[in-house]
Amino acid sequence: MTLDFLNKFKDPDLCRRLLARLEEVCGEPLRFMEVCGTHTVAIFQSGLRSLLPKNIIHLSGPGCPVCVTHESEVDAYLDLAGRSGVVIATFGDLMKVPGGGRRSLKAAQAEGARVEVVYSAFDALELAARTPDAQVVFLGVGFETTAPTTAATVQMAKARGLTNFKLLSFHKLVPPALEVLLSDAETAIDAFILPGHVSTIIGLAPYGFIAERWKRSAVVAGFEPVDILQALLDIALMREAGEPRVVNDYKRAVDDNGNPRARAVMADVFRTETALWRGLGAIPDSGLALRSEYADFDAKACFDIEIVESPPLAGCRCGDVLKGRINPTQCPLFAKACDPAHPVGPCMVSTEGSCAAYYKYNTD
Amino acid sequence: MCLAVPMEVTRIDDMIADVRISGVTRQVRLEIVDRSPEVGDFVIVHAGFALRRLDREEAMETLQLFQEGFNLDFGLSE
Ligand code: SF4
Repeated sequence: MTLDFLNKFKDPDLCRRLLARLEEVCGEPLRFMEVCGTHTVAIFQSGLRSLLPKNIIHLSGPGCPVCVTHESEVDAYLDLAGRSGVVIATFGDLMKVPGGGRRSLKAAQAEGARVEVVYSAFDALELAARTPDAQVVFLGVGFETTAPTTAATVQMAKARGLTNFKLLSFHKLVPPALEVLLSDAETAIDAFILPGHVSTIIGLAPYGFIAERWKRSAVVAGFEPVDILQALLDIALMREAGEPRVVNDYKRAVDDNGNPRARAVMADVFRTETALWRGLGAIPDSGLALRSEYADFDAKACFDIEIVESPPLAGCRCGDVLKGRINPTQCPLFAKACDPAHPVGPCMVSTEGSCAAYYKYNTD
Repeated sequence: MCLAVPMEVTRIDDMIADVRISGVTRQVRLEIVDRSPEVGDFVIVHAGFALRRLDREEAMETLQLFQEGFNLDFGLSE
């Protein structure tokens, strides 16, 4: 087997035909939102954004895990980073994210905090094994794609008795955020392109309410241009037919039933709780906290961490951007006080953030 | 950080697989992958773990539908 068959999902000829079909089918304006940083980047990078019919409006929602990590959560781990005997292990993406006081992990590191960038939660576990004199705290951010990798690591920590490994879980679940977005009258979303690899884990069932309660269509899509165009075409066809549904257009990577093995690992380690989302606020049952059986590995419990709500960053409109209420260019700071070299908000920090994508690729 | 990419499995040792993409090899863990992959399979990799064995038949079926629907010839072969 070669990668050849996967490359067909970039085929320019097929893309042109899909675009032509889309133009025919989509009469009324269609506002679709994607909620995955990889989709955001793919839509810009492939040039699709400028090729789409004018009446198809792309909204980039809260799909970047770094961007939705709340100011107060950032402040909580910054506080922890300053304590003696603590090593923070984190994905590199979090290094420059500003907290309420505009400080970041990078600044904390420069001031002497021990911060290590890792590629995987498992690397943080290995770091803990090599560093018995310190408490290694892994910052668990990310959606259902990432949460099972963290959960599996916590299980291994328990099996190995490595109690100097701790997890500070800020993992979040996508479906509850979609419900909040649908109930926001100002956003007016006609359909969702659903995140491919979140769906690899959770399957289709958790999205059922989108069609049932809100009468909107939602399509699980891959990340190649053909995948995205196929999803948009299906969305347009379902709207024409007046039959909103949740469908899977990414069958090579997503089983309708998701990945039960990964979900079982998550369910063993985590329970749901209310979580704070940047821009969206508190959403019930949208966060993952460690179960009491894993209390020895729970940084929140072991270090008495309380999440105190910090004020939003002054002037930054990330919250409105994440909700699709404005596009980044409508933020007064965009490309003026705020650019990727001097980011004010997280949506400009992360390469998957909407502001960063607009800055880099926007030709509107 | 959400990035999850298909990589080819080149070696398996219990719960660890060597995977390769564009000449780069790295190791991934298999604790949460949906179905155990074999050497030569593609897996979707995220944050050091394989999440899913890519389904070649499903990919072919999708392409087949496009091929017929749009009268294209991809030269698909099994
Ligand atoms: S452009 Fe900068 S300040 Fe404005 S919303 Fe985006 S990240 Fe925040």
